[in-house]
Amino acid sequence: MNSILHAALALIFALTLWQGIVWGTGVPHFILPGPARVGAALLDNAALLVRQAGFTLSNLAMGLTAGITLGILSALNLAMSRSARLFLRPLMVFAQAVPIFALAPIVTLWLGYGAPSKIVMVALVTYFPITSAFFDGLMRLPPGLDDLTRQMQARPWHRLLLVQLPHALPALGSGLRLAAVQAPFAVIIAEWVGASRGLGHLMLLSNGRGQVDLMFAALFVLAAISLCLFQATDRIARRWDRDR
Amino acid sequence: MNSAPALHLSGDLCVAGRVLCQALDLHCQARAWTALLGPSGIGKSTLARLICGLPCPAHLGGGITADDGVSLQGRTTLMAQTDQLLPWADVLANVTIGARLRGTRPDRARARQLLEQVGLAEFAHRRPATLSGGQRQRVALARTLMEDHSIVVMDEPFSALDAATRATMQDLAARMLQGRTVILITHDPLEAARMASRAFLLGPDGARPVDVPQTPTPRGVSDPATLDAQAALYRRLMAQGQTA
Repeated sequence: MNSILHAALALIFALTLWQGIVWGTGVPHFILPGPARVGAALLDNAALLVRQAGFTLSNLAMGLTAGITLGILSALNLAMSRSARLFLRPLMVFAQAVPIFALAPIVTLWLGYGAPSKIVMVALVTYFPITSAFFDGLMRLPPGLDDLTRQMQARPWHRLLLVQLPHALPALGSGLRLAAVQAPFAVIIAEWVGASRGLGHLMLLSNGRGQVDLMFAALFVLAAISLCLFQATDRIARRWDRDR
Repeated sequence: MNSAPALHLSGDLCVAGRVLCQALDLHCQARAWTALLGPSGIGKSTLARLICGLPCPAHLGGGITADDGVSLQGRTTLMAQTDQLLPWADVLANVTIGARLRGTRPDRARARQLLEQVGLAEFAHRRPATLSGGQRQRVALARTLMEDHSIVVMDEPFSALDAATRATMQDLAARMLQGRTVILITHDPLEAARMASRAFLLGPDGARPVDVPQTPTPRGVSDPATLDAQAALYRRLMAQGQTA
């Protein structure tokens, strides 16, 4: 309860400072609108914002689901198969060296302005941190536990499910946290490169039309989505952390 | 449990071409405790790993053989200094982990019976983190017995416990491991004097037998013969330390 109070106080302070700067410097509202103006834009365009946020959010959710699922499956596959490790590891290291965001124009070129290019960008951006964090967790079994599974003549799949997987959950949690931070970036960048809907599209559009207050309103909605996403992920990951 | 064999370890113990311990010729009696003492770095833990067939960079020239002529594979259990408990699994799940790792049905009734014998009946559903060091080693002991192998190698399993808990654990282990061939690696002269039917002091030029009382084990902590043997062992260890 106390932490919520502190957060509220910090928010009020920041808003006051912001309004103070707007009043003090007399900066025109098409450069920096005050919080009151942005608040009004939020309320006036509530329906529009909800609609655009819905599109962004659904792409975010689908991309995350795809990225997380593929990431977990890849890590399990790499952990279980030596040949997969030999062939795929160098490829993965190379792929990680490519700045994924730079691929956005190509992905849009191939998949168009609709939802698929956004989903693929989010999936691409979340796939690598999840695969690499989870794979590391699976492979870095403490020597004592490794000895234990050898002594007990564990079958590979049973070893994976009963020892490696639970041991790797905190590492998977770190991967998920990273993914949760990166995913909103990916979806917005994909929308900037080319989209006909979504919060990123709305930001570009309102910027072009000089509706800076609406642009800020969209930014706030986006920040709220990112924050909720990270908090939800962190809550899951923390439960896994405690198990260690 | 099949009837427990005697073990014979012989030859030079080498790591990467360097001889740690020369011309070993160790006879470990069947169904009795053999203690191995010696300075750190002489290869005691390495021997434990070799007996248990665990990966280690060392090589024993003459190999390790059982007097019944059967391979040691699948007949040994290591009880290490760290308890190797799975932190995310409860006590009962830890005791039954061997069968589950091999993909067979664990005998839960027997696991509960063993937990009762080590005095942890009411802890079956507790996590290892909520147990004391002594209780954790009791779980490890129950897990060792659950494997029901005729050869048990103990690598300083009680060295992290306080003196009173250690003595209690020694009594318990002596009772529970009766009828098995036990190799006890220890730094503690009192432990060797209490528990061992035979004891060897390892040095660079081989293993020298040391005297322990020929009375039934575990011997009383204040038994004069035990204390004499402990004192003699201390003198041997200290003499060895001075020449090293």
